[in-house]
Amino acid sequence: MRAPRDNATWTRDLRALGHVQAEAITDLRELLLRGLAKSLQARGAIDQPFLEDVVQQALVHILDHLEQFQGRSRFTTWAMTIAVRLAMSALRRKQWQDVSLESLTEHADFTPALAIDDTVSPAQQAEQHAVFEALGRFIDEALTDKQWMAITAELGGMPVEEIARRIGSNVNAVYKLLHDARQRLKRGLETAGYAAEDVRSAFA
Amino acid sequence: MALSPEQAKALIEMVTVTRDQEMTCDECLADIAEFVEVQLTGTPFSDALQAVQDHLDRCHACIDEYHVLHQALEALDEAP
Repeated sequence: MRAPRDNATWTRDLRALGHVQAEAITDLRELLLRGLAKSLQARGAIDQPFLEDVVQQALVHILDHLEQFQGRSRFTTWAMTIAVRLAMSALRRKQWQDVSLESLTEHADFTPALAIDDTVSPAQQAEQHAVFEALGRFIDEALTDKQWMAITAELGGMPVEEIARRIGSNVNAVYKLLHDARQRLKRGLETAGYAAEDVRSAFA
Repeated sequence: MALSPEQAKALIEMVTVTRDQEMTCDECLADIAEFVEVQLTGTPFSDALQAVQDHLDRCHACIDEYHVLHQALEALDEAP
């Protein structure tokens, strides 16, 4: 049985020619398949063709981007990160393929009275109402339509990647859009006298 | 369609945990390999990796991927 490769050996062998590279690719392929099969088995709808396809994509990406491996982790960890990203992206796409952005965001509005948890005490409901009133004002005043759309889509469970796909953007841009929106709302609440701890206690 | 109480509460949570500086998903992905290895060994992580944890606390997709990655790497430590 072959001794485990260290980082330098992995990258050397994968850059090599002939049987050395072929053997390294085979070993990496087996390792990625084993890891993905085990970690995704609880997700359902994962079959061998799916795993093989994802691992093949991962291998192509890894071989094309070997120079990006910086050695801050084990090589196999870095490779598995790529394979997991590809697998999860494919799964999310499949899961959300029939869900439109409009179905989650159209006519979505923030109505404080309807947002209150009526299972808590009247005093806490009053606190929640006050916070929601303030939040509702800032949603109207401080957020763009695009930001509110992204927030409601995210609250509807849609992953950022899927939101980005539907609006022709990318994950980082949508994350920044959401972050800016959250910052505006947080600052708005603080301006209205609601520090984060006060708000959390109203919803504890 | 109005936000439900659960969604409204989730919005409040999202807003209150917001930090001025947050990693993007790509920045998190660039450090996740190092982060997961530190987690697997149970050693404390650096300030730089704290930013990864902060992102995972806020990003459902990235925390989901992190859990899958963690399980995948644990599977590699088991006998084939």
